[in-house]
Amino acid sequence: MVCMAKSGHPGGSMSSTDLLTALYFNEMQHDPATWTRDGKGQDMFILSAGHMTPVYYSLLARTGYFPVSELASFRQMGTRLQGHPSVRKGLPGVYQASGSLGQGLSAACGLALGKKLDKDDHFVFCLCGDGESEEGQIWEAGMFAVYQKLDNLIAMTDWNGKQIDGPVEEVAGEGDLAAKWEAWGWRVIVADAHDFDAIGKAYELAKAGKGSGVPTMILFKSEMGHGVDFMAGTHKWHGSVPKPEQLEDALKQLGETPLGDF
Amino acid sequence: MKKYIDTGKKDTRSGFGAGLLIAGKADPNVVALTADLKGSLKMDAFAAEFPERFFQCGIAEANMVGAAAGLAITGKVPFIGSFAEFVTGRVYDQVRQEVAYGSTNVKIASSHAGITLGEDGATHQTMEDIALMRALPGMVVLNPCDYNQTLQATVAAAKYDGPVYLRFGRPSVPNFTDPDEPFVIGKAVMMNEGKDVTLIATGHTVWEALQAAEALEAEGISAEVIDIASIKPLDEEAIIASAKKTGAIVVAEEHNMAGGLGEAVASCLAKSCPTPVEFVNGEDKFGQSGTPSALMAAYGLDAPHIAEAAKKAIARK
Repeated sequence: MVCMAKSGHPGGSMSSTDLLTALYFNEMQHDPATWTRDGKGQDMFILSAGHMTPVYYSLLARTGYFPVSELASFRQMGTRLQGHPSVRKGLPGVYQASGSLGQGLSAACGLALGKKLDKDDHFVFCLCGDGESEEGQIWEAGMFAVYQKLDNLIAMTDWNGKQIDGPVEEVAGEGDLAAKWEAWGWRVIVADAHDFDAIGKAYELAKAGKGSGVPTMILFKSEMGHGVDFMAGTHKWHGSVPKPEQLEDALKQLGETPLGDF
Repeated sequence: MKKYIDTGKKDTRSGFGAGLLIAGKADPNVVALTADLKGSLKMDAFAAEFPERFFQCGIAEANMVGAAAGLAITGKVPFIGSFAEFVTGRVYDQVRQEVAYGSTNVKIASSHAGITLGEDGATHQTMEDIALMRALPGMVVLNPCDYNQTLQATVAAAKYDGPVYLRFGRPSVPNFTDPDEPFVIGKAVMMNEGKDVTLIATGHTVWEALQAAEALEAEGISAEVIDIASIKPLDEEAIIASAKKTGAIVVAEEHNMAGGLGEAVASCLAKSCPTPVEFVNGEDKFGQSGTPSALMAAYGLDAPHIAEAAKKAIARK
């Protein structure tokens, strides 16, 4: 998708592919056929780190929200698959616009509050980036979720340690996210983002928090550009596009047919 | 001219509080959020009546905007309340992405707008908020003029499906509009018919314009007064009709020049009915500490300044 669009963000998409694949295929109670934006009677997901649209749209398509062939329109004029998630063109599966960082967790808090008011016994999931967590609003939402006892909110952080300008520690000195979220009063789970057993157990443990009166944060330790040797572990692939020969090499390493099935 | 009677001074924010309670009783989906300004926004009655539908967010406005957007997505009708500066300038990107671009049914209740916030001074006196909100695609911008109209505008905002910016103020000012007049988004309100000049006003300047019209009448000048409580959408038809009739316009607002009602009216007239326009506004300045009435006079926003502007506009015909 990124190569066809000649723009986009592969790095964070690849570090969160496993955890989001598990979420959409195994963990969320959702029905694309009856989807509506109000999310009633379904688990809901907000992509706070809105630049991870390549993996997000891929999962929405492959779980049946829209045809897989539509992925080819990513970032093209008139597309429903905007560079960052948009609700204005009616793309099924997308609950809220995101892209300007730090805001999605607040929206997820609102969804979780709405579900509590409606006595709708479903979860709200939200994926943040670790770089994104430098935004002050993330911590405003962190305070609010605890105060409002949002135990139906499960947030995840793609903790890949990288952001556009370099390693997170070198850019912003963010420190120990686990200690910070614990201090904020959240249930904190740290898990390997590239081990499906560990991912499944983390979600199971997170869901067990319902009734505790406390929101849960899963810190997924991940690797930017995971799965492709020349992309892995470096911030340089946050928003860069592989060349055609690099794409071929990457798809071979991932065991995919060139250009997939769209 | 028709004389408007001050039936007793009341603050417009109390009109919001009363309207919010009515809206809450009419629709169980109405919820309210504040960032540590429940009392200032007069949300106490709603919070007492519907404690499960009222959310205190603390001094964290950015999160409040996002949480309101989330609530709106699930079908609620959230009103978020804070001072005008803190629900616009402070959170512009949040309002842009979560409310306007996100097309969420959030109502932004914006109190203590303009210079009449008074003694707290320029940090709290936004004179730029109308410009910021007008610039957002699809945002409705309302600026009612007294207690009664603010109450009705609040009820109308709750019924409207889409983002609304509802601006009102802190001080007690004359309450003079018909309490039973329903508020219509997109419609101007004819306050006084005249033939020599049109005084177009919004918010607290509507009463000042009516006082100016009475003073002008004593000098033999017939001034039409139009209340633009709905700044966006703007009732262009009413403005053009009046401009054609009087041939001279004054636009008065408790806001700076850039992006305010004055520019909206000038843009409308330039397109459809070029007419001399004089502007009564805060120009390109920050405010300062002072009493509301002293500030309105010092910044040239009161009745004598509007009357003077009317004469200038007539002289340019």
